[in-house]
This record gives sequence, structure tokens and C-alpha cells, in this order.
Amino acid sequence: MLAETTYNYSKLEDIQADIRSGVLRLEDLVTFYLDRIQQLADLNAYLEVFGEEALAQAKEIQNKIDNGTAGKLAGMVIGLKDNISYKGHRLAASSKILDGYVAIYSSTVVERVLAEDAIIIGRLNCDEFAMGASNETSYFGPVKNFADTTKVSGGSSGGSAVAVQANLCLASLGSDTGGSIRQPAAFCGVVGLKPTYARVSRYGIVAYASSFDQVGPITRSVEDAALLLEVIAGKDFYDSTSSKEPVPAYSTLLNNSSKRKIAYIEETLHSEGLDPEIKQNIEAQIQLLRSQGHTVEPVSFEYLDYVVATYYILTTAEASSNLARYDGVHFGYRSDSSKDLISTYKFSRSEGFGDEVKRRIMLGTFVLSAGYYDAYYSRAQKIRRLIKEKTEHILEDYDFILTPTTPTPAFNMGEQPTDPVVMYLADIFTVGASLAGLPAISLPSGTNKDGLPLGMQIIGKRFGEADLLSFSKYYSELDKK
Amino acid sequence: MTIISEAILNKYEAVIGLEVHVQLSTKSKAFCSDSASFGNEPNTNISPVSLGLPGALPYTNEAMIKSAVKLGLAIQSEINRFNYFDRKNYFYADLPKGFQTTQDNQPICKGGKLKIILPDGSSKDILLNRIHMEEDAGKSIHDLDPKYSYIDLNRAGVPLLEVVSEPMISSGEEAAAYLTELRKLVRYLDICDGNMEEGSMRCDANISVRLKGETVLGKRCEVKNLNSIKNVQKAIEYEITRQIELIEEGIVIEQNTLNFDANTGITTPLRSKEMANDYRYFPEPDLLPISLSEAYIQEIEAAMPALPEQLVVKFTQEMNLPEYDARVITAEKAMADYYLAITDSCENCKAASNWVMGPIKSYLNDKGLSFSDFNVAADKIAAIINLVEVGKLNNNQAKDVLFPAVIHHADKDVQDLAEELNLIINDNQDELEGFIDATLAKFPDKVKEYHNGKKGVLGLFMGEIMKISKGKIDPKKANQLLISKIESLR
Repeated sequence: MLAETTYNYSKLEDIQADIRSGVLRLEDLVTFYLDRIQQLADLNAYLEVFGEEALAQAKEIQNKIDNGTAGKLAGMVIGLKDNISYKGHRLAASSKILDGYVAIYSSTVVERVLAEDAIIIGRLNCDEFAMGASNETSYFGPVKNFADTTKVSGGSSGGSAVAVQANLCLASLGSDTGGSIRQPAAFCGVVGLKPTYARVSRYGIVAYASSFDQVGPITRSVEDAALLLEVIAGKDFYDSTSSKEPVPAYSTLLNNSSKRKIAYIEETLHSEGLDPEIKQNIEAQIQLLRSQGHTVEPVSFEYLDYVVATYYILTTAEASSNLARYDGVHFGYRSDSSKDLISTYKFSRSEGFGDEVKRRIMLGTFVLSAGYYDAYYSRAQKIRRLIKEKTEHILEDYDFILTPTTPTPAFNMGEQPTDPVVMYLADIFTVGASLAGLPAISLPSGTNKDGLPLGMQIIGKRFGEADLLSFSKYYSELDKK
Repeated sequence: MTIISEAILNKYEAVIGLEVHVQLSTKSKAFCSDSASFGNEPNTNISPVSLGLPGALPYTNEAMIKSAVKLGLAIQSEINRFNYFDRKNYFYADLPKGFQTTQDNQPICKGGKLKIILPDGSSKDILLNRIHMEEDAGKSIHDLDPKYSYIDLNRAGVPLLEVVSEPMISSGEEAAAYLTELRKLVRYLDICDGNMEEGSMRCDANISVRLKGETVLGKRCEVKNLNSIKNVQKAIEYEITRQIELIEEGIVIEQNTLNFDANTGITTPLRSKEMANDYRYFPEPDLLPISLSEAYIQEIEAAMPALPEQLVVKFTQEMNLPEYDARVITAEKAMADYYLAITDSCENCKAASNWVMGPIKSYLNDKGLSFSDFNVAADKIAAIINLVEVGKLNNNQAKDVLFPAVIHHADKDVQDLAEELNLIINDNQDELEGFIDATLAKFPDKVKEYHNGKKGVLGLFMGEIMKISKGKIDPKKANQLLISKIESLR
């Protein structure tokens, strides 16, 4: 067995340096990951490993590196959340309903990382259709937190976070609708970035809520997050909502130690259910930043009580429509009890979807129904606009907004509350940036007394990823005791 | 059905609104680059977008927008500058995404009007409610297998314009005239082939009846699957009578969706209002709203072809054609184009009109062809007309002998052909006088009759002159000479 420490890289730059100096062969690195994935299979992070392919890619890319023709992600071994289409590979969104479905085309993000010579090593577990905050809604079972295997990974990109946390790959791609990158990143002590809405193409991403979904990196360093974003971001003809905004070379713009003006939301520190250690932790970060000469001030955000409800009304509405295509007719799971069209729909969907997905489809169907549309969907759209305006207003005066990523650290597996609304409140700090479409990153901010990772969220300005990342790098290098 | 009297029928009036789906003849589909063509092998024009695969996203075909603006401008609609799409959610096997992308509250065209001409020559303006853009569903085929249905998704995503009239059509006849006008228009604009039988235009009719003078609308029924103009008219006429009968019998009309069976000519319920879907419309989050600039609309307006009504005005006022001719010629764009092309090379517009409506049209009808298939260039017809004009060709010879020859030898020069066929009129005065003299000598009795006042015998003389000259004379000239000769014999 290969010693873990030998291959415990925290960023691509170090891997590339070792390969260039001849200390490391890419195939050995891939072999290390493959062995380690097998050893730690119990974490349930991977749904499928593309072993032979990854080794073949490693060989090819090692040659390219030797010839000096490799792309900028050469040496980066990544995993894909199981809602990202990769041609010729299974895609299930951790659901039974996509049983047997093999993608016939690749998502734009996959094409872009492959074009820069990243190696895709496997498919990562997640909550079913990215709906959940603990990875426990996956048809393929929960993912264990590597910091404490009795704890959840967080979700929905649980597999993506744990794979990076447990060194089962260098980086992963997740997707974030209301916190699905940031929350598991916080639970697992890794870096998770949700880009500005429209920054990254959604083409080939199994849709949950179209006006919220964004793909983003989960990494062990801010540098790798910047590099991955730089590769996957940018206008895509196949996603007409993707932005034409030019993509800066984020990875080259990371050195900026200027003094910043930062807001933190007063209400978040008094919100019900906020873990005292997390409160302490965030207060300590505020002090730390102040001691470094940054301005950190409280601001009021009177809509905090509405963000979760607004988020769930709008995302479930979109989901109820986005998930209509999983009907047992054209692809995926079809119930054996199907007799005709109606029974095909009823049985295939009843048997193919899990409880949480069904709950959200029903909720979304309800809020769009005749007679309820104005009271729910329409009103939630209006509140979304208010939240967006208010958040942007704060960001006119401040560079960033700072919050804890989550109200609690990773909780026990199987502890999922019987009242789903209590579970939904776990998203309270992350859904704001999703509603506003703003970029937000979760950075490790230490651990609690039990050694569980804690995360701090920084929300940036629209398309302000360069600034957000440079500040993140600066913060991550601060001595947090 | 009991037969109800004309008197009872006359107590009522019908209120009809039509929804017409115009399938656009764009190259690619509404929201992806798959071919939108008709008649390909099943499930060949499909990509992840048409298939509704996980992660597939739509992008808008600009040609659909352009077609909608064209039609909107043609019917004087207000063009909506800010457009977005909505999702109409329902489950069906040939709707792979589980929703149809359409426009709900903000159609691209609002209002507008279409002038219809009724068989008695009178006209009526039918106001339009809206035109909106949407995508078509695929096709379910239920009769290929006893157990299973087959699905062809080639049509899934093909762009449609739904043209919705105000409920101000009052008979099957008016509905037929409306569809005829609309079909003519989309063909002129070259945005749809207008073939109802192939499904390029599909019509649903909303029909209700009420006592004349009543202001409240009656309960309406929607008749679907109307695949020809004739069937629309038949279905409406059937439905009006059916509804009046029910009311007369004191039965409340149920607000149903009905199917029209073209074989039996009757309507049967498809689903009741209680079974109606709640479509849960909401704005399509995968497509950005589209703003149409003033310049964009002006550019389309500037490139618009002449429309049938404008051509009728031009033909009657500038070219002095009778209104009848103008309407017949403009009924088809290809016919109007052909007529105009003839008049580019000849002065006599009426003669051009006669040729188009007469020999050319009957030839094409016989062959089952349309004007766009006609192999003879318009300037050849102009050349024939000009030969007749200058007296070098007899009009009947032109139609009966030269025209078939021109069709046969479409590449040959008309004048050469006429010469080859020996059709060019001999302007040798002596020869003509010889024919006349011979004729008069042949029928001395008839000459006497003429002198006694029976001018009708001139026809007989002309017939004989034509016969012996084999038609190669200028009838006008021959007629004049004949009269002067016969007068001189008095």
C-alpha cells in the first residue's frame, strides 16, 4: 500500500511540480486514488469508479506533460457529482428512476475539464436529484463524513465533499441549488464555491431548479477552486442563460491583500438553532479579520425569516416541472406493474422516486396550481426580488457578506428530523446567495471541540469571483490558532 | 338527429372562435438545431433536447421569432417587444419533457385583423385575439401494434404559431373563408406550407349558440382534430344544429371537448371540463426573455412581400383588372407571381390574366400541378401574347396549338416555334382577298341573306375563311375586308 502522506496533495500546483521534477508519475497518483477509494469504500462517496479509463487518461496525459503539450488541469484527478452528464457513462442523480440510463452526451463542464486534461476518476454519490442536506436521500445510501463516520457528509454534494476530504481525488465538481456545495464543504472541512448564477453552463446538469442550479468546484485549496472555475466558466451556446461576461484568469488574480469592508448579518448570529460553538467561531473570525485591519460591520437583513420559505416554494415549483420527464416512458426506470400509459406514470414514478423527491414534486405542483399560484409562486418571486435587491444593496457598501455556512456542524447519521421543515432550516444561511444568484464560498474556519469541521461563508458581488477568491486565499492563509 | 325547421334555426346565432396552429417551415426546431422537416424516418431528427434527456437545455430559434413578427405585421397586430416563454405542464407519451414550451400571458402578437371574402362577394373583418409561439409535441401512433403505441419524436419541438381569433365568426362558411385567408397569408409570407391534410395547419373550433339579441354567451364546446377547411365547415355546421336542438329540447349543453369524425360527419365527446388539466403555467427558467428592438421589427417590415390584399388593389387600380380576376389570381402566391412575371414582358394585363386563369390554370389542374411547378417561363407566355397583339398569331391557334408546343419545348424560342408550326399569320393581302372571294363564291345564297339584313351569316363566312386559311390569318383584318367585299357586292 502506498503511504497516504506521500500523495496527500492539497493543490494541483504541487502535483504538477512533482511530476515535472520526476518525483511523481501521474499513473502512480491515479493508482493511489484507486486503491484508496477501494480501502475507504465504506464512506460510500463513489457510486462508480472509472478505473481503467482513468489509468489510460493518466498515461496519455503524463505523455503530454512530458512533451510540454498538457492543458492547465493536467495532473488533476477529479470526481463528478452524479448529476453531471458524461458521455458513455451512467448517470443516475442517485435515483432509482434513472435506472440503466447512460448519458449519450457530455455536459459542457465535463468537456471543458477534459479539454484541459483533467482526469475523471468516477461518479460521486449525492442526495437524490440534489434534494437534501445530508446525502441521506440518495437511493444508494448516505455518505459518511471522513472526520467522524457517524456523522453525515452534508448534501446534496456529499460524495463530492467527502471524496476531496478523504483524499479520494484532488477535486470534485458539485452542484449547488441552495447550498449543496457550500454546506457539505463546511461539514467536511474543504473549500466549496458556488459561482454567480449564469457563470457556469448548466448544459448536461440534471436540473433540479433551473433558476438556481450552478456547478462549482469542491477542492482542498482556494487555488484549485480558482483554477477549476476558470476552466468551467464562460458563455455556452447550449445554455442560453449562461452569461457572456468575460471570464478572468482567476488563478492568476489571487494575490490581493488589500483591506476590505465586510458586512456580517446581525440576524444570523441571533438566529434560533445556531450552534453556540459556531457562533463563537464566527465571532472569532470577525475579530481575526478586524485585527488584520479589515472593517467588519454588522448589517441588518430583515428578510432572513423568509429566505427558506421563498427558496422552497420556487425551487420545488421548478423541480415539479423539471422532473416531469422521468415518467417511465422514454428512459430510466419503468415499473413492471405498468399496464398502460397512466399506470406506467403512476407506478414508475411512485416506485422510482424517493420520499424527499416526491415531497418536493408535490409541494411544487401545489404552489403552481390554479388558485394557489398567486399566493405562493408569484409572491415568492416578488420576495426573491426583494431579497436580491437588499443583498445587492448591502454589497454596494461592502465588498463581501460573511455568515456561518451552516447553523450546526455535521449531525448524526439517521438523525434526520421527522419534520422536513426543520431539516429545511439547515439551509438558512446558504439559500440567500442562491436566491440572489450571487457567488458564495465556504471556507474551513476551524473545528469544534469534537474535531468536526466548521465553515465560514463569504458572499461576493455578482461576477465578483476574482475578488471573492483572492480574499478567500488571503483568509485561508491567516493563522487561525 | 331530428330535423329542426329553418324557422327555429333562424332564431339562433352561432358564436365561433378559431384556434389555428400554424406549423412553421423553419429549417430547425423551435429550441434546438434538429431538423424540423416533415416525412423523415421516425425518430431521426432528434437530439438530447428533442428527447428531453436529463440536463438538456433549449435555445431559441430566431427564425421562429421572425416568422411570428412577419405574420403579426401582416395582420396588423401589436408586436410585443418583450417576450418570454412559459412552461405548460402536462403528461403525455409524445411530450418527452412533461411540459410544452409556449407563451401564456405575453403572446408575441396582440390583436390584429383578417379580412375574409364570403362566397356572395361580401367581406368581413375578423379580429384576432393573439398569436403566440410554441413547440409542437411528437406523434403517438396507436395503430401499428395491437399492444403498444409507437412514438415518433421528429415533430417534437417543431415551431408553431397559435393564431387565436376573437369569437366573431358566425358560420361554417365564415370559418372556411377565414382559414382560406389565413392559409393564403402564411403561404404569401412563406412561413408555412399551409397543408392542412399533412397537419401543417391544424384548427380547433370553439362553438356556442345563443338566441339572437342575447348578449350572454352560450356554453361552448371545443371541436378538435379538424384537418381540412371542408371539415372545419362541416363540423361547425353539425355542431351548431346539435346545440340548437339540445337547447330546444331544454337540455343543458355540457362544456366538452369534442372530436369530429370526418367519415361520419358527427362530433363525439373527447373529455369533459372536469377532466381538464391544470397546466400550472410558469415562466420557462431555461430561456432568457427576448427583447425585440424597433430596428429589428422595421427590418422585417421592410422585407415583407406584397400581401394578397395589396395585390388586389394593385391589380384592379393600376392594372385595370376586374376584381374577379384580381381575387382569382391572388388566391395563390405562385399564381400572382407568375402573372406579375408575364406583365413584366407584355403590356396587355387583361390578356396576361386571361392566360393565367384560363389555359395555364386548366393545364396545371389537369396535371395536378401548381404554378410553382410550371416549367414554362413567364416571358414565353408574354411572347405569345405579344404575337397575338401585333396580329401575327391567331388567339385560338395560340391557345390550342402553340401553347401545348411551348410546354413541350420549353427551351425553344416562341417565335421560332410558331414559325415551325406555320402559325404566323400571312399578311399577304392578295391571298386573304383570295380566301374571301372563294368563300363568297361558295355561298351565294348566304350573301343574299346578308344583303337582306341577316348580318349573322358573317360568322359562317369567317368560319369558312378560317378553315381554308388554316387559321393563319388575322381575324380582325379578315373581318374588316370581308365586310367591305360583301358590301361592295350589293
